[in-house]
Amino acid sequence: MTDFKLNRRAFLKTAAAGAAGAGALGLPTMASAAGLTIGIVYVGPRDDFGWNQAHAEAAKVLKGVPDVTVVEEENVPETVAVAKSMESMINLDDAKMIFATSFGYYKPFVLDLAGKYGDVQFRHAAPLWTDEDPKNAGSYFGYLDQAHYVDGVAAGLSTTSNRLGFVAAKPIGTVLRNINSFLLGAKKVNPDAEVQVIFTGEWSLPVREAEATNALVNANCDVITCHVDSPKVVIETAEARGVKTCGHNASQAPLAPKGFITGAEYKWSTIYTQYAADLAAGKTLPNFIGAGFDKDFVQNTPYGAGASAEAIAAADAARAEVKAGKPIFTGPILKQDGSVLVGAGASLDNYDPMLDRTDFLIEGVIGSIT
Amino acid sequence: MGDEGTLATVLLAMFAGAIRVSTPFLFVSLGECLTEKAGRINLGLEGTLVFGAMTGYALSLHTGSPWLGVLAAGLVGCVFGAIHGYLCKLPKVNDIAIGIALMLFGTGAAFFFGKPYIQPQAARLPSIPLGGWSDNPAVQQALEINPLFIIGFFLAVAMWWAFRNTRWGLVVRTTGDSTPAAVALGIDVDRVRLLATTVGGFFAGVGGSFLSLSYPGSWSEGLSSGQGLMAVALVIFARWNPLACFGAAILFGAAGALGPALQSVGISEGYHFFNAAPYILTLAILVVAVSPKRALRGAPSELSITK
Repeated sequence: MTDFKLNRRAFLKTAAAGAAGAGALGLPTMASAAGLTIGIVYVGPRDDFGWNQAHAEAAKVLKGVPDVTVVEEENVPETVAVAKSMESMINLDDAKMIFATSFGYYKPFVLDLAGKYGDVQFRHAAPLWTDEDPKNAGSYFGYLDQAHYVDGVAAGLSTTSNRLGFVAAKPIGTVLRNINSFLLGAKKVNPDAEVQVIFTGEWSLPVREAEATNALVNANCDVITCHVDSPKVVIETAEARGVKTCGHNASQAPLAPKGFITGAEYKWSTIYTQYAADLAAGKTLPNFIGAGFDKDFVQNTPYGAGASAEAIAAADAARAEVKAGKPIFTGPILKQDGSVLVGAGASLDNYDPMLDRTDFLIEGVIGSIT
Repeated sequence: MGDEGTLATVLLAMFAGAIRVSTPFLFVSLGECLTEKAGRINLGLEGTLVFGAMTGYALSLHTGSPWLGVLAAGLVGCVFGAIHGYLCKLPKVNDIAIGIALMLFGTGAAFFFGKPYIQPQAARLPSIPLGGWSDNPAVQQALEINPLFIIGFFLAVAMWWAFRNTRWGLVVRTTGDSTPAAVALGIDVDRVRLLATTVGGFFAGVGGSFLSLSYPGSWSEGLSSGQGLMAVALVIFARWNPLACFGAAILFGAAGALGPALQSVGISEGYHFFNAAPYILTLAILVVAVSPKRALRGAPSELSITK
């Protein structure tokens, strides 16, 4: 029954669009309408101390923008369920812009719907968009590895064992890049530092995350950070074991009153409000935007009790350098297999496309991708 | 780190993991064991576990007492068990279908009511440090034993003893093995099953409160990852013997710790395989244990799956 309705709506819309001869970009008309409805889909709960919370906090900012209505749905799995959620936002709530905030939403769900609804703008939170994809789809991304690099600088000056622990979800490019940058930050101030990584295999698996944290502390790591959807369990477990922590995605400072150093956070609100302003002004949205400290897309959590004065000074300096464009990947850097990533004296730009395709860990990281 | 040290680290991690991770498995499987001994299957214990975890966390947050949280989790478990027990006593009602419905209901209701409790930090259950004799922090950590684990152990022993040696145990076993015999003895079969399911729900709720109040120790919607369902399988694997339930829970806890422990000592190739260890273990044991020549040994014969 519902399916029939949706199909009929979809048919009428397509027919109308065809009759009007509208192309794929029907933007200016929508801005003049009674306001803009933006749909946001989350993979988990909006208050998870992590990835989803970072997006939800930006959504709150977006709700404050005049003439913008935000519709949200949380706990939407990366299955055909997300296609249904987005389609109902388009058909029932009249959303003209969709933020699909989880990695697995893009292929095939966002791509399929972008083909089907040419007058709706789809933006996805991972650097996946390519030139072959529909023009009303796109990607936005904050290069969080820059913030993890700054974390690494602070962590490198906070460790006494020179062993830093990293609880990671899945060995995909963004996660590996964060691990690599974290180590490079630590090595900048502490050449003996190494990073031990444990992959849990899932974005959210509290019991195994706690086990992984305990295993890292038992393996003599005295600063723990992570890249999982909801770092609450990792930070709390590490705090209970008396080691220091660096956060991820959103502020976990209140969870670790003794050992929290700083954290790597997104600042999606910069991107979201910019999109809303562009739409209201009738501008064509860029298909891809990504930046780090330079455009205020990422930030570090305010320092906690675990940060020494020395660590704070070094981290602040490192952030200023990255903001000014100083490369994080400065040679010589070897990959784990011993091959040369960056030669001595050379460096990679912080937005080098090669880093988007990170499928390796660098020397100094203990742990395997497979 | 030498090979010996590496092995010792992994074994210690598995030992510690067995104690830390096994408690929810233990409580849910004991609850299910009691329910099935009386002749019913309650697949809804996963939902009870999740709802118990949420309730325990909420109560601990509001009252500041984690033990009140545990009690409240048990009581809501009772309510879920009683609903299951009551519905299944109606004519022509299938206990497996009701169980699945209650599992989905319990999980969904816990997510609904649990929204405000994801962020705040509630008081957690204290652990008993039994590792003071060792200088090794890993050993000390491994022996930070939660009282619920100890209670679970004695509960398993008590249930094992009671099934064999008490009149109540006999009544439950008779009800589960033959309804006609139980009726002939003048036992109110429906009431026994209702009570068994209710008490079983209590145990599952307590198991859930361990997840949110002890380890990993916070409420979130991804908290359970199927412990409640695996515990139901554990009962079959444990042949409806409470002592074996304890052993099976320990084994599953240890197997779950294997993946992270191996990665922490640098054996990180194939971590997906090691993370899947508990499930591979279940399959292997079931394959070894089944025989086409006989029915499941120890199965209560009134169970709808064995009838």
